[in-house]
Amino acid sequence: MSDFDVELDTSGLNCPLPVLKARKALSEMSIGQKLHLIVTDPGANQDIPAFSKMTGNPLLESSEQDGKLHFIIEKGDA
Amino acid sequence: MAKKLAIIASKGTLDGAYPPFLLASTAVALGFEVKIFFTFYGLQLLNKNLNLKVSPLGNPAMPMPVPVPSIIQVIPGLEWFATWMMKRKLKKKGVASVEELRDICVETGVDLIACQMTVDLFDFNEEDFIEGISSGGAATYLEFAGDADVSLYI
Repeated sequence: MSDFDVELDTSGLNCPLPVLKARKALSEMSIGQKLHLIVTDPGANQDIPAFSKMTGNPLLESSEQDGKLHFIIEKGDA
Repeated sequence: MAKKLAIIASKGTLDGAYPPFLLASTAVALGFEVKIFFTFYGLQLLNKNLNLKVSPLGNPAMPMPVPVPSIIQVIPGLEWFATWMMKRKLKKKGVASVEELRDICVETGVDLIACQMTVDLFDFNEEDFIEGISSGGAATYLEFAGDADVSLYI
């Protein structure tokens, strides 16, 4: 997992809270900063890429570790 | 231009409250402009104090810990029990409460519109509704839904 500026752990939360919390976190970040999002909701494998694509915040990395999904999302300029 | 989501919320049960508020809050997070029109029993979702219930009666698909015949489901307290069970399960699985999702909708600017005709029909008291909602009729809905990207009747 590469460097990031902000970490958001949504472990235990279910759809749609990880997306809603990610949006809130990104809205408070500056363009180019990176968000490390940790999710246990298995639907996030589809939902986070869709969120990233629709909001113009590029998804740089995604991986699975110890049963948790990890995403690095860059705050876009949209 | 932002995508638009138009929803008609016609159900006032606990399970019926989730789809409109869940989709609306997520749509805003995805950059949509969202309007929800509350009509008939859906108007209950605008009450300041939500007291939403779920009933296994007339709902044979609802999972129950043990099979409960319909004739037993009319016993007072069973609806209370089913509601308690559902709320406990939602909490345990980390699902947001309806109140929480509705608050997010209000905070993020989802337009909540009470159908005026059904407010009058059921003598709803608008003072019981949360702040910041507006009212409108069929034409108000169709004007927005007419060029919405997604339109749902729930």
